[in-house]
Amino acid sequence: MNYEKVKEKLEILADAAKYDVSCSSSGGNRKNKNKGLGDSSATGICHTYTEDGRCVSLLKILLTNFCIYDCAYCVTRKSNDIQRAAFTVEEVIDLTINFYRRNYIEGLFLSSGIFKNADYTMERLVRVAKKLRLEHNFNGYIHLKSIPGASDDLMREAGLYADRLSMNLEIPTESGLKLLAPDKNHQDMIKPMGFVKNELIQYKEEKKKFKSTPKFAPAGQSTQVIVGAAQENDFQIIQVADHFYKNFDLKRVYYSGYVPISNDARLPAIGAQVPLVRENRLYQADWLMRFYGFKANEILDKNNPFLDLEVDPKMSWALRNITQFPVIIQNASLEMILRVPGIGVKSAHKIVQSRRFTNLNLDHLKKIGVAVNRARYFISVSNENSHLKFLNALNLKEIILSDTKSKFENPFSNQLSLLNDDSFLR
Amino acid sequence: MTILSYDSTFEGFLTTVFEIFEFKYQEPQIIKKDDLQRNIFATPVEIVTDITKSDRVIKKLTDQLQNDGVRTLIYAFLSEKVGVEDLLFKVINYAVANKNKNIMKDFSNDAVLQVSQLTKSVGREKHRMEAFIRFELLKDGIYFAKIDPDFDVLTLIMNHFKNRYQDQKWLIYDLRRKYGVFYDLKSVEIVSLDLDVKLIDDKSSSVFSDSEIQYQKLWWEYFDHTNIKERKNTKLHLQHVPKRYWKYLTEKKIF
Ligand code: SF4
Repeated sequence: MNYEKVKEKLEILADAAKYDVSCSSSGGNRKNKNKGLGDSSATGICHTYTEDGRCVSLLKILLTNFCIYDCAYCVTRKSNDIQRAAFTVEEVIDLTINFYRRNYIEGLFLSSGIFKNADYTMERLVRVAKKLRLEHNFNGYIHLKSIPGASDDLMREAGLYADRLSMNLEIPTESGLKLLAPDKNHQDMIKPMGFVKNELIQYKEEKKKFKSTPKFAPAGQSTQVIVGAAQENDFQIIQVADHFYKNFDLKRVYYSGYVPISNDARLPAIGAQVPLVRENRLYQADWLMRFYGFKANEILDKNNPFLDLEVDPKMSWALRNITQFPVIIQNASLEMILRVPGIGVKSAHKIVQSRRFTNLNLDHLKKIGVAVNRARYFISVSNENSHLKFLNALNLKEIILSDTKSKFENPFSNQLSLLNDDSFLR
Repeated sequence: MTILSYDSTFEGFLTTVFEIFEFKYQEPQIIKKDDLQRNIFATPVEIVTDITKSDRVIKKLTDQLQNDGVRTLIYAFLSEKVGVEDLLFKVINYAVANKNKNIMKDFSNDAVLQVSQLTKSVGREKHRMEAFIRFELLKDGIYFAKIDPDFDVLTLIMNHFKNRYQDQKWLIYDLRRKYGVFYDLKSVEIVSLDLDVKLIDDKSSSVFSDSEIQYQKLWWEYFDHTNIKERKNTKLHLQHVPKRYWKYLTEKKIF
């Protein structure tokens, strides 16, 4: 391998791929067989973190940044005057295997600009995955990007070798897409998602009948939406997310604060702030829907279409639904305990387990891992809880904010959990 | 008070527990042989590790506390924290006093909570090692990594790497505890050796395969270019990758 040349390509094609925030390698179930290389049956590992604090789990690159399209929000767009490069299939395989052997990565996340046409591009992506699996007995994680407009046959083959497939919606609304990516068609993007979903269902059916049915994208599919490029509000975004979770069986929706990369008048100017707090709140809302039993319309509604940037969406819900509190820790349902600000999923389960042995007090809760400084306004416990008297105060939000201020001084301090766990909702 | 000394192994600790119940030692205090100080007046009872006894304790504990509970105890033990034996004994005692209950779920008990916190720390270190270990390919075809973990987690991470790397030889070496695990394409073995660390620290060293430094540089470049500068957040970065782990990381090296 010509290391110098590969190094140059790597710089360009890693740079171009970095705006896709998804780096998850979870949900795989490929075991190492016949003394091969790699195992993706455990949950994904973050092998390092970028300086912006994001998990690095996969070698995330584009096969090429040549593209025939001109999406305004994308650095790779054809009208952008940048250096272009393309890896060969063998180079991608060599990098993946050698990085994997050194324990740098869990696998490969391969995406691409669209060169020539959709099928031509998709075929190359599939070829990388196929060779890794069949010629190198590689069982690490492979995430392939589905190219809008690729044929069903190629998509089916992709699903055989990849653990996850994704199609980035990027712009959640049809009107936004028309404005910013005029050559792209909303339906072309949705179609592969529907296809993958149906294949997954069919695969499950066949699996029941025949044990030897090959795996089909065992880690499912995901998508990404860019936040703050078009004019959509948070309510629209979480509704779209909800819709895709329900109707397309998506494993994850990723939210990516728009990083200004162009002087296009349709978009925020270069130098404008990346909306990180908003992005963070959207992740929190997403967790509430997936793990805390909240419905999209409990989190936001038409008249209330933006997430509160001052407090997290769970606290915000609690403040709007004071009559549901206080929650009596000793005998409330798990569902209700999960709705208490300051109590995360793990702590909620620990509470339910421990209360069989003891009458829990604030001290117990603290040791269990509850963020008592927030939870105490909303719960009653076996000992005296002097903060409960504020529950009906009109300025409860201010009281809580001033009390927990230090924690919120840096709005990003809790961002660590964005993609990995939910401790920010404790 | 009775002081009992054992050989630092988990089996030795369990043998000690067995004998405490067998001989009804009062107010036992369990100490590693190596930690015994001459100036202790009470003569310690020296426990001889006996696998039959430790197995009986394990079986009893597994019946009551499930595999999960026993794993919790092992993890806490590997924390090597001073006094962890007495803490574990408290928990075992509490289990004995509450037959048929899985007391490991009682986080309102102080000893249980402390053990579960130790377990969490050890688990976190295990996880970090699985993530941060970096292999370097040596001339003789062995992928080599050196570690210096806060807790004795090498035996806990062994299987993870065994599942993952079956077609390459590898050796992970604990610098502080001076032992390693070695996979020779057939099986994994624990080996104790005293490596000359200088030899493997020197980048220009001839022990590395010719392409090794090239891949390290490629990885270094990749790490640099996958970062979004507009989103820089050093505090968060350090939370995830505390400085004391940087020594492992190829991407933090200065070439
Ligand atoms: S098609 Fe994809 S790579 Fe090409 S400009 Fe649009 S978003 Fe960018």
